[in-house]
Amino acid sequence: MKTSTSTSFKNNFPLSLQETEVAEEKVIPLGGLKPHISVRNLNISYGSQRILKNVSIDIPNKKITAIIGPSGCGKTTLLKTFNRLIESADGINIDGEVLVDGENIYGNDVEVTHIRKKMGLLSQRPMPLPMSIFDNIAYGMRIHGIRKKALLQEKVEHYLRQASLWEEVKDRLHHPATKLSIGQQQRLCLARGLAVEPEIILGDEPTSALDPISSQRIEEKFVELKKDYTVIMVTHILRQARRIADYIIFMWLGEIVEHGPAQELLENPKEEMTREYVKGVIS
Amino acid sequence: MSTGRILKDRIAGKSVWLVTLFSGLILFLIIVGLYLKSAPILHSHSLSDLLFESKWKPGKNQFGFLPYILSTVYVTFISLVIAVPLCVLCAIYMSEYANKKVKGFVTSLVDILAGIPSVIFGIWGIILIVPFISNKLAPAFGHEDSTGYSILAGGLVLAVMVFPIVIHIMLEVLRTVPVELREASLSLGANKWETIKKVVLRKAAPGISAAIVLGFSRAFGETLAVLMVVGNTALIPKSLFDSGYPLPALIANNYGEMMSIPLYDSALMFAALLLLTVILVFNVIARMVIMRLEKQMI
Repeated sequence: MKTSTSTSFKNNFPLSLQETEVAEEKVIPLGGLKPHISVRNLNISYGSQRILKNVSIDIPNKKITAIIGPSGCGKTTLLKTFNRLIESADGINIDGEVLVDGENIYGNDVEVTHIRKKMGLLSQRPMPLPMSIFDNIAYGMRIHGIRKKALLQEKVEHYLRQASLWEEVKDRLHHPATKLSIGQQQRLCLARGLAVEPEIILGDEPTSALDPISSQRIEEKFVELKKDYTVIMVTHILRQARRIADYIIFMWLGEIVEHGPAQELLENPKEEMTREYVKGVIS
Repeated sequence: MSTGRILKDRIAGKSVWLVTLFSGLILFLIIVGLYLKSAPILHSHSLSDLLFESKWKPGKNQFGFLPYILSTVYVTFISLVIAVPLCVLCAIYMSEYANKKVKGFVTSLVDILAGIPSVIFGIWGIILIVPFISNKLAPAFGHEDSTGYSILAGGLVLAVMVFPIVIHIMLEVLRTVPVELREASLSLGANKWETIKKVVLRKAAPGISAAIVLGFSRAFGETLAVLMVVGNTALIPKSLFDSGYPLPALIANNYGEMMSIPLYDSALMFAALLLLTVILVFNVIARMVIMRLEKQMI
């Protein structure tokens, strides 16, 4: 499983990556897995700085995909292109296609809120909205038109249960969400994301601010959720990718070096650079 | 450590402590000073007479501050009613919508506005606002006899003066709202306006209140520009187009004059004490409100 870009920088690895002149990227099929998101020739630059270079990748449906690589390699940028959060940055240039369920989300007449509703996001630091626990979960549902109190109550409970938070908060639903512990906050954010009934869950190093036990709970949740959702997470913790990822994408300086089923990539990397990274020689 | 170093360390510690103590003491000294100076009038007149009586005839020993108090309150209120919504909207535009270039340009304009001496705002009020009110605005509302020198003119000029300070603080406050929080709301499918209204402003509410309080303190005590356009007649204003006489203008216009009138000096000191007390009380209340808001929401 390797992309055609990866061959060109072998010569001067690992100091820098040569600019590649690949016009049409060939994406290796997912080995029978159905793609949920397909990225084609995606280039992102900020001023003269190129953050993503010719990225083409398929993200498998209902699996956990981990994007790994050193900091600053474009992992988070790639993740943020999936729900178009990237475009809120000032002066960013986006070129290429991102297809979600076959629809190019960067197409001209695409309504961005409808794209974002398809994806729940967990950020590095949990970001509870400045309101009560209940309102945090109800926020997205209210925006999408659910007004009936009874229905909201029922759904809030449902999603809090789904994120294994209900028992801990059921007696203080109307307290500020910021009073929760940081691990609880991250589960709250998960429940909040699930409440808008997305298809995809995006995690941007979602456990990096959490203690080991809270991290483990989030990981367990992800494994549980992949039955119904496509999970994509950026992580710099290789062990985490090893534990829960089904599919791994390894990035370096804005390019995808290698991607493939987790076990294969971790145990039998095809690229020298991946091997070094997995062994911990480079980080 | 050598004794020299130890000594220096002690001196440094003590002197910063002293300086801090002194700056804290200044406020206390001002209050005591004003109180002592206004004691004579407080002894000869009851507090309620001073505060709620509207007759101001120092020659006849009548010192009713009500017209001054009401003028101050009206002018401040008008200025805030005009300035606060504009400042909030402007700050939202600059922090959430404008690109870097526009933001930089407008910020420097606002900063220049903050540095303009108040006498210039006063003159601007006289040549622009006052005629506009007397020729256009007042007749349109059926007040043909308005000279234009009115509490409305004072309020408008003040609003412009309060603008830069309030906007500056609001921008700072909005900047402290983490980008990730906006992203959290956007990622749930909220649009930009929903995010601003329901998340950003909510998170920034304590800071925005603080900005308004500071604007209020500035507006309440601002003297020169208001004095130039407000008309300065010691009557209770009945409409926006009547002239008024705010407390700071009373002090500035009269201190040092007519001091032969008994108790006049003391009355002006009482006006100053009153002004200071109101600003202090308002600051304390606002601080409490902000703390409460922070506890509740953040």
